[in-house]
Amino acid sequence: MEEVKLMKGNEAVAEAAIRAGVDAYFGYPITPQSEVIEYLMAEEPHKRTGMVVLQAESELAAINMVYGAAACGKKVMTSSSSPGFSLKQEGISYMAGAELPCVIVDVVRGGPGLGTIQPSQADYFQVVKGGGHGDYNLIVLAPATVQEMADFIELAFELAFKYRNPAVILSDGVIGQMMEKVILPTQKERLSDEEVDKLYKSWATTGKKNGRERNIITSLELVPERQEAHNHHLQAKYKKITENEIRFETFNCEDADYLLVAYGSSARICQKTIQLARAKGIKVGLLRPITLWPYPSEAVNKLADQVKGILAVEMSAGQMVEDVRLAVNGKVKVEHYGRFGGMVHSPDEVLDALETKIIGG
Amino acid sequence: MTEEIIIAGFGGQGVLSMGKILAYSGIMEDKEVSWMPSYGPEMRGGTANVTVIISDERINSPILHNFDTAIILNQQSMDKFEESVKSGGLLLYDPNGIIHHPTRKDINIYKIEGAAEAAKQKSSKTFNMIVLGAFLKLKPIVKMDNVLKGLKKSLPERHHHLIPMNEEAIKVGMGKVIEVQTV
Amino acid sequence: MAENILTPEEIIKTGELVFKKTKLMTDANLSYCPGCGHGVAHRITMEVIEELGLEEQTIGIAPVGCSVLAYEFMNIDMQEAAHGRAPAVATGIKRVYPNKTVFTYQGDGDLAAIGTAETIHACNRGENITIIFINNGIYGMTGGQMAPTTLPGMKSSTSPYGRDVHTMGYPLKITELIAMLPGTSYVTRQAVHKPGLVRKAKKAIKKAFELQMENKGTSFVEIVSNCNSGWKMTPVESNEWLDKNMLDYYPLGDLKG
Repeated sequence: MEEVKLMKGNEAVAEAAIRAGVDAYFGYPITPQSEVIEYLMAEEPHKRTGMVVLQAESELAAINMVYGAAACGKKVMTSSSSPGFSLKQEGISYMAGAELPCVIVDVVRGGPGLGTIQPSQADYFQVVKGGGHGDYNLIVLAPATVQEMADFIELAFELAFKYRNPAVILSDGVIGQMMEKVILPTQKERLSDEEVDKLYKSWATTGKKNGRERNIITSLELVPERQEAHNHHLQAKYKKITENEIRFETFNCEDADYLLVAYGSSARICQKTIQLARAKGIKVGLLRPITLWPYPSEAVNKLADQVKGILAVEMSAGQMVEDVRLAVNGKVKVEHYGRFGGMVHSPDEVLDALETKIIGG
Repeated sequence: MTEEIIIAGFGGQGVLSMGKILAYSGIMEDKEVSWMPSYGPEMRGGTANVTVIISDERINSPILHNFDTAIILNQQSMDKFEESVKSGGLLLYDPNGIIHHPTRKDINIYKIEGAAEAAKQKSSKTFNMIVLGAFLKLKPIVKMDNVLKGLKKSLPERHHHLIPMNEEAIKVGMGKVIEVQTV
Repeated sequence: MAENILTPEEIIKTGELVFKKTKLMTDANLSYCPGCGHGVAHRITMEVIEELGLEEQTIGIAPVGCSVLAYEFMNIDMQEAAHGRAPAVATGIKRVYPNKTVFTYQGDGDLAAIGTAETIHACNRGENITIIFINNGIYGMTGGQMAPTTLPGMKSSTSPYGRDVHTMGYPLKITELIAMLPGTSYVTRQAVHKPGLVRKAKKAIKKAFELQMENKGTSFVEIVSNCNSGWKMTPVESNEWLDKNMLDYYPLGDLKG
């Protein structure tokens, strides 16, 4: 029986986590995502499913709690907002190196520094391009609705465990704070300790049982030849993810003369821009990447054959636009537009930018 | 049908909860809804506003700079949002504390003495429901029984005994709305 | 000369066996300097786990520091944590597996400098974990830099003229701080540079694990140890120096429980 609720994006994340059978959430409050841990604490999921919720002393501690529990084969997550995500970068790099599955939700606010608590998409670089040390990639999903905030929890865990890699849900203050209709998923059972032992016995540290080799979770390899080999293994995995997991959607692209590329809340705003533009006789389409890594480069490249110009719209000074330019590879003009530092562009502002920077430019 | 609304006033006036009740009423009517608040430390005592969209279709942008309706409950919000009402749109406001009344000539303007009525009823908590009633009188985009269902959904169970009082306040608001100008 | 090297079988004649290495230590060559206290601390920790029958349910956490490769020697399931984060990692494990045995093995830089917050807060929450803390007053692995526990006037590569407490701060008695926290069940300071002290330290470690199994809160065992390489002494000199200097500032014995 599906259940329709009016929820904030942050609340949807929390409820979806309980329903996805998540074993533990470790977090630290930060605006604009504190509703995640507040909801979980109020809901007392240990009574519903046995899920553990703990408020850590810092984002650093929280991500390392995730490391410990994830290294035991458990389904574990954390959430934060931009300055907190910066703090988590250390642990994220270690988890990528040690190949640990986990889910991290980033509800982005404006920066740099303490910045603002208002919405932003200026974490693209630090989430999609790394941010921590070393050659690694995170699987990055960008929800555009409260419904997707809920749906992507399950999807992110599925991908994280499939590839033994951290996955990030890259959201922002708009999606985190707004309320929309959500159809909540049905409750999934948490895996039992025995099931975890059986499923992940090749790597999870659950105590060295008789008859199996001991498991070691580490990101350290002092012999450079072996560390290089480990890196090759990681790169091969990333290639496989790139081949299999790219997700995106397009709107009104069939007859488009111009293309908007935008993710998350900017993609929502751009849909309204399309309506406004088409009312004026301008044929505009939208490509919305759902996975930011791996990026839908091929799809963008193909559309570049069809359109006269592309506007990358994001609430930043221009971060994702670099990936758009790489994908387009000079075929057509690519420009960036976006309000930033906590300001959110309106559909009309995007249309103005399209007209001045692309059509008239 | 798509109705794009901004409700703006002081923190504590019930701006966000009015929006939430409206959004829940929309859901009860099987419509698509979005509720996008201003958030942050300015909420307490400062200005608060929420964008509510109710539509028959999937809602695209939850962020808007122009609205079909602006419900304005203090001077700062009047200064900020009078200009954002679409031409031919609706501006509904409570004159309590308003020094500079709206001057636009291309929009419909109505008043509701919400604060005064709430004081008469000796219940400041019903203020936002009086204003909601005035809005629903002008734009009956959701049916009354769905508003009551929305109230029930958005209020915690321990406050359900207050629903009749809120219903009464909505009716008061419907009866007290005053036309200033129509275009 | 190779033909003169004795095989293990030639050394260990079963009939005369008076000591047996615990099976919970691997056969890997210890990477520690000869004379270092880490080897003994590793061995007694693993002996305790074997004696308590916890082998199949124990998860250990190695730190960053000289014992970063502790998982090469401790023959159980192990995790390697980022520098200072072992108590947070241990928290994560223990919260999802409250019935397993979880311990961290950390040095002074890891536990009392970069990981102070994680240490204090894990202990303050009373996480049911055991913390083994090796305090040798120096950063051994990175080449003898000053540690939070370096004694006043003591020389290191980053305090080449001796630790000046006015500019570099005082040695941190973190164990005393930990003992004040209501979340801890047992806080003790031990040493392993004399046979009698080794026996006492092992008893303390055993008590620490037993208290964990009884869900009594965090149990914390400091082991004051030497670093002959970092201190630039022979092993014997370093043990004598430890006895004469370290123990005045870090007196041995139970602080709590």
